[in-house]
Amino acid sequence: MPKAFTPKVVTANALLEGDVVYLSEDDRWVRRLNEAELLTDEAHADLRLIEAQARHAEVVGAYLADVKPGPNGPEPTHFREDFRRTGPSNHAHGKQAEAS
Amino acid sequence: MYRYTDFDAAFVAERNRQFRAQVERRINGSLTEDEFKPLRLMNGLYLQLHAYMLRVAIPYGTLSGSQMRQLAYIADRWDKGYGHFTTRQNIQFNWPKLRDVPDMLDALAEVQMHAIQTSGNTIRNVTADHFAGAAADEIADPRPVAELIRQWSTDHPEFQFLPRKFKIAVSGSENDRAVLRAHDVAVQIVEQDGEIGYRIFVGGGLGRTPMIGKVLRDFLPEADLLPYLEAVVSVWNLLGRRDNKYKARIKITVHEHGISEISRLVEDRFAVLRPAFSGIDQALFDTIKADFAAPDFAHRDSADFDRAYDRDPVFRAWADTNLSDHRIPGYAIAQISLKAHGATPGDATSSQMRVLADLAERYGHDELRISHEQNVVLPHVHKADLPQIHTILKAHGLATANIGKISDIIACPGMDYCALATARSIPVAQKIATRFDALKLEHEIGDLKIKISGCINACGHHHVGHIGILGLDRAGVETYQITLGGDATQDAALGDRTGPGFGYDEIVPAIERLIGTYLDLRGDAQETFLQTYRRIGMAPFKSALYDSETRVAAE
Ligand code: HEM
Ligand code: SF4
Repeated sequence: MPKAFTPKVVTANALLEGDVVYLSEDDRWVRRLNEAELLTDEAHADLRLIEAQARHAEVVGAYLADVKPGPNGPEPTHFREDFRRTGPSNHAHGKQAEAS
Repeated sequence: MYRYTDFDAAFVAERNRQFRAQVERRINGSLTEDEFKPLRLMNGLYLQLHAYMLRVAIPYGTLSGSQMRQLAYIADRWDKGYGHFTTRQNIQFNWPKLRDVPDMLDALAEVQMHAIQTSGNTIRNVTADHFAGAAADEIADPRPVAELIRQWSTDHPEFQFLPRKFKIAVSGSENDRAVLRAHDVAVQIVEQDGEIGYRIFVGGGLGRTPMIGKVLRDFLPEADLLPYLEAVVSVWNLLGRRDNKYKARIKITVHEHGISEISRLVEDRFAVLRPAFSGIDQALFDTIKADFAAPDFAHRDSADFDRAYDRDPVFRAWADTNLSDHRIPGYAIAQISLKAHGATPGDATSSQMRVLADLAERYGHDELRISHEQNVVLPHVHKADLPQIHTILKAHGLATANIGKISDIIACPGMDYCALATARSIPVAQKIATRFDALKLEHEIGDLKIKISGCINACGHHHVGHIGILGLDRAGVETYQITLGGDATQDAALGDRTGPGFGYDEIVPAIERLIGTYLDLRGDAQETFLQTYRRIGMAPFKSALYDSETRVAAE
């Protein structure tokens, strides 16, 4: 039996800065996971990924990451995406620096 | 120190110019990432979890003060004010912007540095004993040999598309401080009947399928070095597996074909290649040796050292722990710890880099070394200057007296930076260091090497740690597997797995139980953790780890 589809977001690294970005519903690359488009339909998710990958002059390495819906938007389900969302643990660098 | 020739300088400048144009073309959309990626990797530029990462080679770990100062400038101007020194005698900048990288490379070229061959399937940065040219136990300085190998291997046309990366280390002492036997090929300078030559090891490596290198030639005459190395790499280039990247390293080739078959093939190839080396390589070697001539060592009184040693217990603790014997009486080798308790192993801020540069220039014959243990070395300091050096180090958070101790941990970047990681390494190292500092047990425990990697690639050398820690992802949870009894010296050994891994919150208590067991069971205060482990074996440590009721099964 094929695995049931779980919610996703499209994520990538920005070409110029290298930092983690997500695709929003209105086709922008946003820096915060909770502003990303939550993809609950598999066919739609595949399409959004193809569209994202075509934007190779903006981002690098787009892929679908697992998330779960939260009260304020998508939230990570795996620690890797959690670290990508925040930044490293040893310095308040990356996104966490800008978020605070 | 080696100084670039006009050819070297022109070569690096041309390479940077090319890369600048390639970056431009990537940014304006004329190159796709698939086209650009091999070009950026050829120039040491990775894309990591949160940013790009630029890896810069520090050949055989040797730096001058002005080179170190330039690294500080680069860290301030284009990064976040610090750099990360690695187990391969590289420095990594964690936050460059793509557009700035060509400028960073030009700034490096100003001080004769570059990022060429710090990535990709080529011969990587040649590493060496960080006490080179200074150690009391040295037969000869390994750096001229390493520099000769560097010149031969840089852009060598036959070796730009090897089956996989290839790492070479060189040591000039019987005591191995370069982890020779964890390298694809290693060169140990030896002396036989008054003649200097080389013992050649092959097929070592960590990562997936770790292996200890085997002796390929017990004694190779000096003049045969390059043709012989060329034969080794050439045999592997033909034989190495390209069907499976995990089986491509020479350690697998040696394993699959056997050392005697490899030796036969290498000797055959060597016989063909040898005549092509007319001796010009040895003429070059002589000029390189001259570049590494020892500094003018002064003969001075070291009473200031003795006085400080007697009067100041903080200085004494630092001197006892961080100094090593120099070959010249009155001199010492000082290791500067980049492992202040709770700090990120291997990180140095730009101001610390400047302090180190100043110290090298004022007191250290303008020489610095980066050790594979992620520390900095002042290889030639007069003992009389050490109290003053220590005072300056203290003022900049660089005087931690923990070299070779439990908090002197090697840790790879792990999942805080690395795109390949399966768990974090840095915070585990930070927590262990902070915990044992709080317990005030560090000096009681004595010599102990903990090494941590954030995935199976083993960049943190965990297999050869007395205590090795490997971070893994077990069903979406960070889990840490422990190995015991690894050894990175001339008695190289791979650690043994204790059993199931521990969760992120369990790993420090687990290490504490291991240390408690050692302190209970060691023969006397002189017996190190490794010696105790070798004497009593795994069983007592295993029961300390797993019999505890507090442990939650993590696998
Ligand atoms: C952050 C980017 C890094 C990446 C993508 C990376 C990747 C890898 C990979 C894939 C291997 C295994 C190679 C193989 O067996 O074929 C490896 C091995 C190794 N890396 Fe890294 N590494 C990184 C950073 C580092 C750092 C920061 C250090 C030092 C602290 C380091 C030192 C080593 C060492 C010593 C090995 C030894 C194992 C061996 O090749 O025999 N690497 N690395
Ligand atoms: S061991 Fe793994 S996590 Fe650590 S730096 Fe190497 S590739 Fe990255």
